[in-house]
Amino acid sequence: MPDADDRYAPIEDYAVIGDCASAALVGKNGSIDWLCWPRFDSPSVFAALLDAEKGGCFQIRPVDDFTVERRYLPDTNVLETTFTTDTGVLRLTDVMPVAERAAYRRELWPTHEILRKIECVEGSVEMNVVCDPRLEYGQIDPPLEDRGPHGFFYNHKGAVLIVRSELPLTQSRGRGALYGQQTLHEGERHFLSLTFDEGEPAVLPLLGDHAERKLARSIDYWRDWAGRCAYEGPYRDAVVRSALTLKLMTFAPSGAIVAAPTTSLPEAIGGERNWDYRYCWLRDAALTLRALYELGYEAEGRAFFSWLLHATRLTAPRLSVLYDVHGNSNVEERTLPHLEGYRQSPPVRVGNGAHGQLQLDTYGELISAAYEFVRREERLDSWHARLLKSLGDEVCERWREPDEGIWEVRSGRHHHTFSKAMCCVALERLVALHEAGYLRVNTDRYRDEAETIRAAVEEQGYNEEMESYVATFDGDRVDASLLLLPFYGYTEATAPRMKSTFVRHHEELAQDGLLYRYPPGTDDGLSSEEGAFGICSFWDEEMFARLGRLEEAQENLDRTLAYANDLGLFAEEIDPETGAFLGNFPQAFTHVGLINAVLTLQKARDGTLATLDEPVEHVRS
Amino acid sequence: MTFALDVGSALLWGLFATGVLTLLMATGQGMGWSRMSFPFMIGSMITSHRGRAMALGFALHLGFGVVFALLYVLVFESWQWSVWWLGGLLGVFHGLFILIVVMPMLPDLHPRMASKHHGPTPTRQLEPPGFMALNYGRNTPALTLAAHVAYGILLGAFY
Repeated sequence: MPDADDRYAPIEDYAVIGDCASAALVGKNGSIDWLCWPRFDSPSVFAALLDAEKGGCFQIRPVDDFTVERRYLPDTNVLETTFTTDTGVLRLTDVMPVAERAAYRRELWPTHEILRKIECVEGSVEMNVVCDPRLEYGQIDPPLEDRGPHGFFYNHKGAVLIVRSELPLTQSRGRGALYGQQTLHEGERHFLSLTFDEGEPAVLPLLGDHAERKLARSIDYWRDWAGRCAYEGPYRDAVVRSALTLKLMTFAPSGAIVAAPTTSLPEAIGGERNWDYRYCWLRDAALTLRALYELGYEAEGRAFFSWLLHATRLTAPRLSVLYDVHGNSNVEERTLPHLEGYRQSPPVRVGNGAHGQLQLDTYGELISAAYEFVRREERLDSWHARLLKSLGDEVCERWREPDEGIWEVRSGRHHHTFSKAMCCVALERLVALHEAGYLRVNTDRYRDEAETIRAAVEEQGYNEEMESYVATFDGDRVDASLLLLPFYGYTEATAPRMKSTFVRHHEELAQDGLLYRYPPGTDDGLSSEEGAFGICSFWDEEMFARLGRLEEAQENLDRTLAYANDLGLFAEEIDPETGAFLGNFPQAFTHVGLINAVLTLQKARDGTLATLDEPVEHVRS
Repeated sequence: MTFALDVGSALLWGLFATGVLTLLMATGQGMGWSRMSFPFMIGSMITSHRGRAMALGFALHLGFGVVFALLYVLVFESWQWSVWWLGGLLGVFHGLFILIVVMPMLPDLHPRMASKHHGPTPTRQLEPPGFMALNYGRNTPALTLAAHVAYGILLGAFY
C-alpha cells in the first residue's frame, strides 16, 4: 500500500461545488472525491476523501505531470481548474447546474447533475477519465449497464446514476468503473455529465451546445445572486465568496443551512475528533440570520427562520442541538468501520451523537434569531409566538441544570457560563418582544428569572482573580464563546468586565491571527489536540471592532483571511503552525463569522455600529 | 347483445381499484423496487414542469383507471359473471399488455421521451422504459403485474 499521505490531498486543496441541495468536493487533481446524493446527508456516491481505495471518485486529469491553477468564475460557484503540462494546457470546468425557477418549468432537468467541461486551450494534452461510483459510503459497487446513445446506467434501489460523455469511455472488466484516455488538441471541447434520478424515469442529460447553455445559465444564476450582495467594502471578494458558499450549503427545499457538506474530516490527523457536520446546528441560528439580512438576502433569511421554527416545533419545548435538513432531530450516530478515514484517521462517523446532548445556550440563540427576525420583518406569526413562549417557560424551568455547552464536549455536563448567559438573553429578549407587542409572556416571572441568572453569571461565571468571565462556574479556564456576549446583547463590549475578559482571552487563546476555542490541553473528553477555531478568530476581530480598536481589527482580520485557501474557503479549524486545514470543509459557521466580522468592522468605521443592536420596533397596529 | 351496466358501481370500484393500483406502484417506488411512475409518465406528455406533470398525470391516471374499469365491467357483463379471479385474469392481461406492447412503443407516443435508437434531444430527454419497462428496475414487471392483478381482483370482487 502506498504511503497514506500520498493518497490524500490536503483539505485546503479541495473546492466545493453544489446545487443548493447537495455538494461535491473537487481536488486540485480534477478528482471529485466526495459527493452525496440526493441531499447533503445522503450516503455517498464518491468517498475517496475518506477512503482512497474503497470510496470511489470521478477524476479528469492530464496523464503527464502538470501544474495547476484554479478559480471560481467571478461571483459564481462554477469551478475552473487549469492544468499546464509540457505539451499544452487543459481547462476543466465543473458545475452542478442551477437556474432560476422558471427554467425548471420550461424543460425537464435531471434531479441532480454534475457537468464537467474539458477543453484544450493550448497545444495538445493526453488526459484520462476515471468514473468509479461506490454507493452507500463505498459499500456498493453498483452494476453498470451500457445503453449506447443514452449513456451508462448504474441502477441501485430505485435510484439511477447516468454517465454520458462526448469522450469514448470503456467499462472496466468485471467492475462498474468507466475509463477513458484521449489526447485533446487545441480548440477541442468535450462535456461529461453525471446525473441522479430517483423513483421516476430518469431525465437523460444533454451534452454539446445544450450543456454549454446550461453552464452559462448556472453562471448567470450565481452572478445574479451574488450581485444582490449589499456589501461593497474592501473585503467584497471574501464576503461574496462566503455568501456564495453559504448559499451553496443551503438546502433550498427547506431553507436549512448545513454546517458543512462533509463528515469525519479530522480535527486532528490520526485523532478521534471526526464528526458528521451535514446537519444544521441551532447555535449558528442568530449569527447566520444576521449575516443573511445584513447582506440583503432577505428571502434566504426568511426561509432559514421558517425552517428554524418548523424544525424546533417538532421537539419543543425541548431543543435538540442539531436537526437534519427536513427538521428531524433523530440523527443517530454510527461508525463506518470499512472506511479507513481521511489520512487513516478513523473512525468515520455518520449521524451525530450530539443530538442527544443538552445545550442550554441554544434557547438563547434561537430566541435571539427570532428577535433578529422581528427586528427586520416587524412581524411574528401567532404560532411562532406560542412556540417562543413555550421555550421561555422551558428556560425558566431548566437553566439551573448543567449542560454540555456550546462546544458539545464529551466530558460530561457542567455549569457553563455561556449557556447561563444565553438563558438570561433568551428571557430578556422575550420580555422585549412582549413589550413591543409581538407576543405575550409572564414578564414578571421572566424578569425575575433573568435577574437571578444574571446574578449567578456575574458571581460565579466571572473570575475576579483572572479578571475574566470563565468557561464554567467557579472555574479558571477561558472560553472563546464568551466573546459572543456583546453580540447577543448580554453586555456591552466596552463594559469593564467584558473588556478585561477580551484582554485575557486574546492573551491565552490567540496565536498568529487565529484563536483557539479553549486552551489547548483542555479536557473535553477526547484525547487528541485540535487546531485553532476559524470562527473564534473572527469573533476576536469583531471584538476589536466593537471596542473601537479598528486598526488592530483590520490587521487581525487580514491575517486570518490569509489562511483561506486559494479559493477563499475555510475549514472548521486551522493548524496555526502549518496553516493546514482541519475538520469539515467548507465550514458554514466560519464563513458566517467572516461576514459578521467584516460587517462589524465596516459599521464601526462608519460609526453605525449601534444599528446592529437596535431594539425591535413596537408592533404596528 | 344488450348490457345492463351498473355504471355507478363501475365508477366507484374503478376509482377504488385505481387508488389501490397507484398505492402499490407508489409503494414499489418508495421501497426502491422500481422507478415506474404512471402519473409522471402521463403528465410529462403534457408539461415539462415536474410538479405539474405529477399533479396532472395523477388526475389523468385516475381518469384512465375509471375508464378501464368500464371496459372490465363490459367483459363481466358480456360473460354475465363477475368474480375476483376473473377480474384477476383480466388484470394479468392488462398488465402484460402494458408491459409488453405499450411500454416498448412509448417512445413513439410520448413527446418528451427519448428514442430508443438515438441519444436524447432538447425536446426528448425522458428515459424510455424498454421491454417490460425493465429499464426502470428489474422488479418493474412483477410490480406492475401485481398492481394490475390487484386492480382486476377488486373490480371482479366488488362490481
